[in-house]
Amino acid sequence: MATGVAAWLPFARAAAIGWMPVANCPMPIAPRDNTKRQDELIILNVSGRRFQTWRTTLDRYPDTLLGSSEKDFFYNEDTKEYFFDRDPDAFRSILNFYRTGKLHYPRHECISAYDEELTFFGIIPEIIGDCCYEEYKDRKRENLERLQDDQEETKDMKLPNMSFRETMWRAFENPHTSTMALVFYYVTGFFIAISVITNVVETVPCGSTFNQKDMPCGERYTVAFFCIDTACVMIFTVEYLLRLFAAPSRYRFMRSVMSIIDVVAILPYYIGLVMTNNEDVSGAFVTLRVFRVFRIFKFSRHSQGLRILGYTLKSCASELGFLLFSLTMAIIIFATVMFYAEKGSSSSKFTSIPASFWYTIVTMTTLGYGDMVPKTIAGKIFGSICSLSGVLVIALPVPVIVSNFSRIYHQNQRADKRRAQKKARMARIRIAKSGSANAFLQSKRNGLLSELLELTGKDEEDQKSVSLLESQHHHLLHCLEKTTAHEFVDEQMYEQNFLETALQTFPSHSPSTASHDSPAVTCCSRKERRNTPLPSAGLPPSHPSSAHQSALHELSAIRIHCGDPLSHSTSRSNLNVKPDDSSRINSKSGRITTAIISLPSPPALSSDGDGLHGPLQRRSHPPSIQTTASSAGINIVKVSAL
Amino acid sequence: MDPRRVLTVSARVDAAVSSTDSVEDELELSTVRHRPEGLEQLEAQTRFSRKELQILYRGFKNECPSGVVNEETFKDIYSQFFPQGDASTYAHFLFNAFDTDHNGSVSFEDFVMGLSILLRGTVQEKLIWAFNLYDINKDGYISKEEMLDIMKAIYDMMGKCTYPVLKEETPRQHVEVFFQKMDKNKDGVVTIDEFIDSCQNDENIMRSMHLFENVL
Repeated sequence: MATGVAAWLPFARAAAIGWMPVANCPMPIAPRDNTKRQDELIILNVSGRRFQTWRTTLDRYPDTLLGSSEKDFFYNEDTKEYFFDRDPDAFRSILNFYRTGKLHYPRHECISAYDEELTFFGIIPEIIGDCCYEEYKDRKRENLERLQDDQEETKDMKLPNMSFRETMWRAFENPHTSTMALVFYYVTGFFIAISVITNVVETVPCGSTFNQKDMPCGERYTVAFFCIDTACVMIFTVEYLLRLFAAPSRYRFMRSVMSIIDVVAILPYYIGLVMTNNEDVSGAFVTLRVFRVFRIFKFSRHSQGLRILGYTLKSCASELGFLLFSLTMAIIIFATVMFYAEKGSSSSKFTSIPASFWYTIVTMTTLGYGDMVPKTIAGKIFGSICSLSGVLVIALPVPVIVSNFSRIYHQNQRADKRRAQKKARMARIRIAKSGSANAFLQSKRNGLLSELLELTGKDEEDQKSVSLLESQHHHLLHCLEKTTAHEFVDEQMYEQNFLETALQTFPSHSPSTASHDSPAVTCCSRKERRNTPLPSAGLPPSHPSSAHQSALHELSAIRIHCGDPLSHSTSRSNLNVKPDDSSRINSKSGRITTAIISLPSPPALSSDGDGLHGPLQRRSHPPSIQTTASSAGINIVKVSAL
Repeated sequence: MDPRRVLTVSARVDAAVSSTDSVEDELELSTVRHRPEGLEQLEAQTRFSRKELQILYRGFKNECPSGVVNEETFKDIYSQFFPQGDASTYAHFLFNAFDTDHNGSVSFEDFVMGLSILLRGTVQEKLIWAFNLYDINKDGYISKEEMLDIMKAIYDMMGKCTYPVLKEETPRQHVEVFFQKMDKNKDGVVTIDEFIDSCQNDENIMRSMHLFENVL
């Protein structure tokens, strides 16, 4: 229905009287308007700013939030108004939509914020008016590109169960993923450079031998150059075959540009091997050697800039085509004119129109070699016109190509910058996250601590007031613990127990993988190398002794350390061991299953009261004990059974 | 009808270029704005209450901020109610029926007068209004051609997808039926008296005249 002109419906109905005399059948009965409500003003309170409008204005669009009964959910009985806790600035344009029937997109508004508002109020963005629609779509596309860049980086994450083939392919595509890939990358780059240099040096005159003139180095040191060439081609062949093997879709890989370049680079050598010194084909053989220069294009795998250039040229294909076409037209015109102008003069170099092409091209591109010069006056006049117009024709499409290149280049820069910033951002987010995770562990310790203190009769002075939200969250985590009959611990306790069970050759630890942020990878990989011996004085005597705990004592000399001064917290966490839990531990025989957020503990823990535990642990770097790879390189979610 | 106050505001846009440039003359902006009579006068002239007039004017002014409706806008608005067919021809006739002083635009007074007759008028007045609608050239007679035009316009609003399928001669047949009913002396035209008489004798038509009384 034409909701925008709902105000005119009474008129349209009244005008229907015009059909009545013409009609032959009786008319249906009109619907009764039982509500008979006088049009009333509605107050919409959006974050304190009050908007008022008629009820019928809002009723124009019954499939939106404000037009339907959905707004009743937001009705405030006390103040008799509808309260929305949203952005009042964005609400302006939404309310204007009801009033005028046209939705406008305010340019200063962030596109995703605006989208969210639209979704909240149930308005589809497609009805944005023509005046603002283009801008909206442009901004949306830009935003999408930005987000896509972010998402592409997550593809770099290594999935746990990649086959050898997939690993290899990933190594080829992203050299930074593993050291082997990096080595391979640099080796191939090196050999490409060697190959190109030898091709170049081959042709340099090398100094004369006793009875011959200067001959190029290639002919003088044939064997050496042949060996180098063979080595390079072997490397390239191996690389190509490996890529072909690892490619997920071999057919698509063979059709890709890079693989064609690879093939073209190595083929001349093999063709040369196959063909012996056959007189008639040796000429063709020599031309084949030209193709060896294509090896330089293999550098585009190594250089981002080259790829951007290639991509730009591809995306500017139409502009380049136009440039070429207009240049051709101009060349033909001017060549013809010059030819006929110079026809009269004797000993003119302008022997034919194709011969004049050379002059025209050289002039239009303002090269001006001077090997062909017009001699007649008419020729000189036309020659000058030619050079002036050449500048113009070339200058026209160039800015388009330049702007395209600039856009793509900046996009790439932005992606790189974001990648660099992402690490810092993720670190900050990680700290915030782990803060909340450790808050729970902390509150648990506080709870136990207060119990302990109660036992010893001391006053509890360090009762941090926990907000209601926090306490409810902690209660929730506690419930989960009780459900699964496992407890949350921090990293070190987990690693400790992990090692201990490993030493006791308990077979059961099944790291269950869950999705988490990749920084855990770097954290764990760091963990592999650092260990800290723990002086046994650090262990509080409150440990109940059991077979497990004695092993723990033994292991006390070995501690996996994550680089922060948190060691004192482990002694705290030992307090977690309650007497009743130990029996559970024994029966469970050290089954460590992995279950929650594992993050490097933040320095926040260091702010806890230090008075209870022993001296700080020494931090040194003794020879490392390699933990099994299950903790490293996999994003795991850990819970340990204490 | 009281003389309307029509304000014609014209602004000539002068660029830096001298006024001899003919292009600049095309930029002369003239906006016609119309302010209606006061509320009391309209109340006196029509059968609407004050509140109803307020509601009507608000809707009217929302759609047409300048205060007058020209034929294009009128056609647009009316067509939105009949998305399946083509309502432009009928809207044209309707526009002429509302535009009582034939100045090419429907002001709020015209609009409200027409509505007053249609919604609050006596049956006689409504029939007279309908007669004026059908009488395209306003000569006091409805000829068969005029009726055919009106009929085709009405059937156009139906569009293509109807059941049963609309045939070419359906409007013509309908006109024949109409004339049989209305044209008492069979002279090929319907006068206003014939029209009113025939309608008052027809029960269906009488009943349907009261159909839209509670629209506002």
